[in-house]
Amino acid sequence: MIPELGHMALVLALTTACLQAVVPMVGAARGDARLMALATPAALAQFVLVAAAFAALTWSYVVSDFSVANVAQNSHTLKPMLYKVTGVWGNHEGSLLLWVLILALFGAAVAAGGRNLPAPLAARTLAVQSMIAAAFLAFMIFTSNPFLRLDPAPAEGRDLNPILQDPGLAFHPPFLYLGYVGFSIVFSFAVAALVEGRIDAAWARWVRPWTLAAWAFLTLGIALGSWWAYYELGWGGWWYWDPVENASFMPWLIGAALLHSAVVAEKRDALKSWTILLAILAFGLSLIGTFLVRSGVLTSVHSFASDPERGVFILAILVAAIGGSLALYAWRAPTLKPGGVFAPLSREGGLVLNNLLLATSCATVFIGTLYPLFLEGLGGAKVSVGPQFFNMTFVPLMLPLVAAMAAGPFLAWKRADGRAALRRLRVPLAGAVAASLATIIFAPPAPALAHVGVALAALLALSSIHEISGRAGTLARALNLPRAAWGAAIAHFGMAVTVAGVVGSSAWQSESIRAMRPGDSADIAGWRVTFMRTTLEKGPNYTVRRGHFEARHGDGTGRTMSPGKRHYASTGTITTEAAIITTGLADLYLTIADPADGSAQGGDPRFLFEAPSDAAWAVRITHNPLVAWIWIGAGIMALGGAISLSDRRLRVGAPVRRVPAAA
Amino acid sequence: MTRKRRRLYVLLLGMIGLGAATALTLAAFQDHLVFFYSPSDIASKPVPRDRMLRIGGLVEPGSVERAAGDPQIRFRVTDMANAVPVVYAGLLPDLFREGQGVVANGKLGPDGVFRAAEILARHDETYMPPEVAEALKRSGHWQHMGQGDKKPAP
Repeated sequence: MIPELGHMALVLALTTACLQAVVPMVGAARGDARLMALATPAALAQFVLVAAAFAALTWSYVVSDFSVANVAQNSHTLKPMLYKVTGVWGNHEGSLLLWVLILALFGAAVAAGGRNLPAPLAARTLAVQSMIAAAFLAFMIFTSNPFLRLDPAPAEGRDLNPILQDPGLAFHPPFLYLGYVGFSIVFSFAVAALVEGRIDAAWARWVRPWTLAAWAFLTLGIALGSWWAYYELGWGGWWYWDPVENASFMPWLIGAALLHSAVVAEKRDALKSWTILLAILAFGLSLIGTFLVRSGVLTSVHSFASDPERGVFILAILVAAIGGSLALYAWRAPTLKPGGVFAPLSREGGLVLNNLLLATSCATVFIGTLYPLFLEGLGGAKVSVGPQFFNMTFVPLMLPLVAAMAAGPFLAWKRADGRAALRRLRVPLAGAVAASLATIIFAPPAPALAHVGVALAALLALSSIHEISGRAGTLARALNLPRAAWGAAIAHFGMAVTVAGVVGSSAWQSESIRAMRPGDSADIAGWRVTFMRTTLEKGPNYTVRRGHFEARHGDGTGRTMSPGKRHYASTGTITTEAAIITTGLADLYLTIADPADGSAQGGDPRFLFEAPSDAAWAVRITHNPLVAWIWIGAGIMALGGAISLSDRRLRVGAPVRRVPAAA
Repeated sequence: MTRKRRRLYVLLLGMIGLGAATALTLAAFQDHLVFFYSPSDIASKPVPRDRMLRIGGLVEPGSVERAAGDPQIRFRVTDMANAVPVVYAGLLPDLFREGQGVVANGKLGPDGVFRAAEILARHDETYMPPEVAEALKRSGHWQHMGQGDKKPAP
């Protein structure tokens, strides 16, 4: 009964969405307030209906109702409760439902919080948002219905892929979707403004908080995914330039550009048409990402079973949304009035440079990700583009970007004094040179690029501290600074931490793969790792062969590390559990594979249970300096976004009128 | 500063940025485009030496072997018509199985043995990499496998 109610709610949500897509649009065109007023209750109803459908599916998972095909294929009675719930979005149908839920959530948030928006803009924005929702709801109901029944119902489910049964991944999709589906509302605002033909500073001010929120969530979502890949997949890497990773990274790059160009549009009334274009592209890239992930057209290490036929439907949505909005843009953008002028050397100029670098780097990622698809579509050879390509094209663009991030905040609006900015950069510059020298002298030899990276990270970190402390001065003034200023400085500092992590872990990583017997020791980067023994243990829905190691740094006390190999009987899958010691400055990362004596016959899981106690195991030890900083930095960036979001000037639906300074 | 001058500067900056990106991209493409070869391609076509390439197919049942105490592993990748011997020094991904699809990046040695630099790990055993499907299609041994419908209940 519950699944049928969920199905019903989904169909009702589709009809509501269709209504909401048309009526308010007509109302705004005719200036009919009653028709426009329909948008708000419709958006709220749509959200409630999709939430009801989501709750119905979650319920089916919680009670393990295997008569629902989706539950039977992806759940199991023995699965811990947390993963029964998160399993809802661990599959194609459920993740689409989450996608639509978040889409409806953003629509409802604008409807509920946007009372101060001019009625036609609010009506049009909600109508556009609802067009996207209608397309995806139709896609779900006609090709990927999560509520299909099985008759007879199987006695037991097929279980969720074990590597998805992990807290890091459990929350990765919701954050990721809050991010890139969040750009939908920015897109809707942009299309609504184009239809209206009016874009001003007030428009930019309304759009900024949404961009900021989406971008901060996306930062967290990507960081969670990368962290999960690092500790769960057992290969010790945190980024692979894989199509699925790039799919979420491209909207992030464009979102970051949009965040900055919206500042210029708000403060200086310039770059308006460019800001609109970025708003369209950010969500367009999110749609492309959804298509890449859901259709499985590209080989990805992160791909799960997918269905190319469904991809065609998403492709159609994508072409309609991107093509339609870009055509509207081409038609309407030239009518926008150009705004304030500025000198090349100015805050605006710096932000233009930031935008160019971000957009260009996004373009290189785009080309690298989609080139194999184009080539194959044209009947050419089957090729793939490796991480090397991205390192060669993306990294050179990031170097000037980080330098510009360090210098930009010291430039004045409109026309900047270059020499004054340089004078204020003296301290950070000196710190950067010192940091670089220190690593040259004390750290193991590394390529020159690594030292440039260290210098840039130090420059950015110091300049963001220097800039905000220069503006704050005393504590009293510090508290009076706008939160947005603090947010920007903190986010820039977070970026510096991430850059340091990326540089440290790529340049100074060391690795050792060897066969070890109990009693053997291995030395790596000042650590001595001794293999003690292995044990066989039982978990809630798996059996694990655990290796017990003692790791000792120099003369310090020994610490236990217990990497394992899990076997999930319900699916017959084996997963690797890494053991990690983090000192903050570096990670020691340990995984075991299979017995190295040839007793494992082509992945037969029996070796896990029957391995003799003195068997040699293939062991991989890596030492990853600063790797944790990558995710800490991302967390700081998201925190900066949240602080900036709490600025009262940006509060959702804040009134447009100028408030006198004394108020 | 007139509006025209400002436009010119922005345009100029944009061109420089795009130009640099294009140059970087083309240079990188030249060296880092990895071509795909099926086992039958390797048997029938000239294959560039000393260049990264990607192979895909099924792990031939019974071909996986490893010397004691040596993390190096040997196996054969087949498309049911031809097979390529592969040697790999590293830890195998968890979903590596005999008779299952595999995709590897590496170089073909002068002895005809493919030296894999990496074996691409899948996360999902019902996922069939497009390369493997392609290799089987090319050799005429494709019968829509994968999609995981044939797994017996435990």
